[in-house]
Amino acid sequence: MAKSGGNSVVKINASGVFYRELNARLRDIASNDAQRVELHNVCGQRYIGTDLDKPIEIEIFGTPGNDLGAFMDGSRVIVHGNAQDGCGNTMNEGEIIVHGHAGDIIGLSARGGKIFIRDDVGYRAGIHMKEYGDKKPVLVIGGTAQDFLGEYMAGGILILLGLNLSAGEHHQAKYIGTGMHGGVIYLRGSVEDYQLGQEVGIADLEEKDYQIVRKLVGEFAAHFDYEPATILEGKFIKLYPRWLRPYGRLYAY
Amino acid sequence: MKTYIPNKFIVERDPERCIRCQVCVNQCSFDSHYYDAEDDEVRSREENCVGCHRCVLFCPTGALTIRRSPLDYRENYNWSSEVIEDIIKQAETGGMLLTGMGNDKSQRIYWDHLLLNASQVTNPSIDPLREPMELITYLGRKPDCVEVDLRCVLGTELAPQVKLDVPVMFAAMSYGAVSLNVQESLARAATEIGTLWNTGEGGLHPSLYKYGNNTIVQVASGRFGVDAEYMDAGRVVEIKIGQGAKPGIGGHLPGEKVSADVSRTRMIPQGTDALSPAPQHDIYSIEDLSQLIYALKEATNYTKPISVKIAAVHNAAAIGSGMVRAGADIIVLDGLRGATGAAPKIIRDNVGIPIEMALASLDTRLRQEGIRNLASIVVSGGIRNSGDVAKAIALGADAVYIGTAALIALGCTVCQQCHTGKCAWGICTTDLALTKRVNPDIGARRLANLLRGWSLELKDILGGMGINALESLRGNRLHLRGVGLTDTELGILGVRMVGD
Repeated sequence: MAKSGGNSVVKINASGVFYRELNARLRDIASNDAQRVELHNVCGQRYIGTDLDKPIEIEIFGTPGNDLGAFMDGSRVIVHGNAQDGCGNTMNEGEIIVHGHAGDIIGLSARGGKIFIRDDVGYRAGIHMKEYGDKKPVLVIGGTAQDFLGEYMAGGILILLGLNLSAGEHHQAKYIGTGMHGGVIYLRGSVEDYQLGQEVGIADLEEKDYQIVRKLVGEFAAHFDYEPATILEGKFIKLYPRWLRPYGRLYAY
Repeated sequence: MKTYIPNKFIVERDPERCIRCQVCVNQCSFDSHYYDAEDDEVRSREENCVGCHRCVLFCPTGALTIRRSPLDYRENYNWSSEVIEDIIKQAETGGMLLTGMGNDKSQRIYWDHLLLNASQVTNPSIDPLREPMELITYLGRKPDCVEVDLRCVLGTELAPQVKLDVPVMFAAMSYGAVSLNVQESLARAATEIGTLWNTGEGGLHPSLYKYGNNTIVQVASGRFGVDAEYMDAGRVVEIKIGQGAKPGIGGHLPGEKVSADVSRTRMIPQGTDALSPAPQHDIYSIEDLSQLIYALKEATNYTKPISVKIAAVHNAAAIGSGMVRAGADIIVLDGLRGATGAAPKIIRDNVGIPIEMALASLDTRLRQEGIRNLASIVVSGGIRNSGDVAKAIALGADAVYIGTAALIALGCTVCQQCHTGKCAWGICTTDLALTKRVNPDIGARRLANLLRGWSLELKDILGGMGINALESLRGNRLHLRGVGLTDTELGILGVRMVGD
């Protein structure tokens, strides 16, 4: 392993390295003010990027394990491969860019930062994302998602692009936005009413929505070499929480 | 709709004593008293009275008496007045019955069926006034063995340990459920006495970061206020899976309680409900729990013990064993009587098992499996006094949490109205006018006094047994005997019958 500061790239061969050791090395490297790290032959190591509060860029080649960038606070992670479950779990700040698919609960309880997934995601993506003041997490998914997308969402922006759906094909996710009480979902492509949670309303995008979508789709397209105009040609709908207090009427006082 | 629910209390105002100062009017947050200017008289709306006795204690002339309203339904063991009125309430609202505090039903309190031992003749008791008594407790994973070289240098790398001067900690009560002044009182008392308080899952207010070394920070399903700074601030990070008052269900902090400051601490918009989902959606198995435990260990660079709190349920012992194997350094069991700021009544009163049984079976199980040293056990849920603490420790607990007892020290009279957010004692509310009623200077004093009193009593109990360190009582069930219990109960508790 080469140690260095400044602008040079530190390369690590992660083959056979246990996650605890790998993350300890990353911590070490980050505290030496390195700007970029390349991790090669990554195979299932969990928690990469957790406990890093430095603006370091980590480029991952291979398949990182669960909880990639959990609690991450300002680093940038680029994955050339697929991410697993819990990517961006309770992330506070930073960016995760996945050139591939990602598993379940992507961006669970994220409080800030941006996550871009080029292809599909599993169940419960964006569950319980929150926002406060200018901290607003963003999750952009290029492909499609499984059930419970945006469940319990309390804030943030979730964009589902459906770029890999063929013409006329619906998103398959059900219970979209169940329990949603904050934030917004922009969905490109179509869904049937029964696929939405009871707490979700549908609307057309207004200009201020388009401004957000254009900006984030622009970033997405730049990461993955798409033509933003082509993506934006598609029909978007906006899903929003119908109530700030979806469960206000459950109780007898 | 006209309500069929009768008044619960009678407010008696002695006209001879009442000076119409309206202290009661101002003190009652439930609007049970009002001033009639026309007649120059203070009157009552008895239907609003919750029996918290705030007015009685603050009436300068002692003019007020609050009595239970006689419940003159026809006597019926099955259809008690509580059952009847619960049905009425639901018929009128169509909702789940909500309540506060812990289970108030008559399930057996095993502490009251356990008796402690003392030394007589054959083994001298110790006088704690003259001899040192050790209550110090270390929470955290202990190694299977330690290597010490000839120069007395420890060769074994120890997992992070937390030292408690008193084995009594303040249970998780979130900012939002209780007020900031309550949390500050708890934090300051914990710091003074050398124990820990627990943030609950509402995040840590910036003004309390300075008490971080005596703080347990909680990570629960809502993940409110959880970031690196928060976890760094705490001495222990606790994953909350469940709570004794509401095992298996999530929590809803109503939007009314999400004030500007609560919203900042929880990191959610003001006025929205703070919804804690029932499960943590990254934990569907012991393996997933392990994943979160190690995520938190990574996030804190292995410098803090990770605690996992569950409600005591039927299989608590087996689950606890799994939790230890998943890497938990501290296991918290919250029993049937564990309290809450708000929970569905039907869950509170019917789900879970008594903490005494859960504790005994978990301690036994971990010993049988040879992994008891790998985690500390903390129990909570209805611990009322130092006698309960001593019995819990003899049953195998390393330490206990107290919630309700701590709130009583601050003024709570267990009127069970926490869920209304109108607490007249200013404890379980975010109403800024009410929260001022708890002065953190006085609150911290009262709490520290309570723990000081309990420590003195614990030392007396130990001395009486002829023991000079709490460590010698821990898991020492020979110091307990059971009274009025069946063989099965005695068997699970691992305790012999009195006289045996």
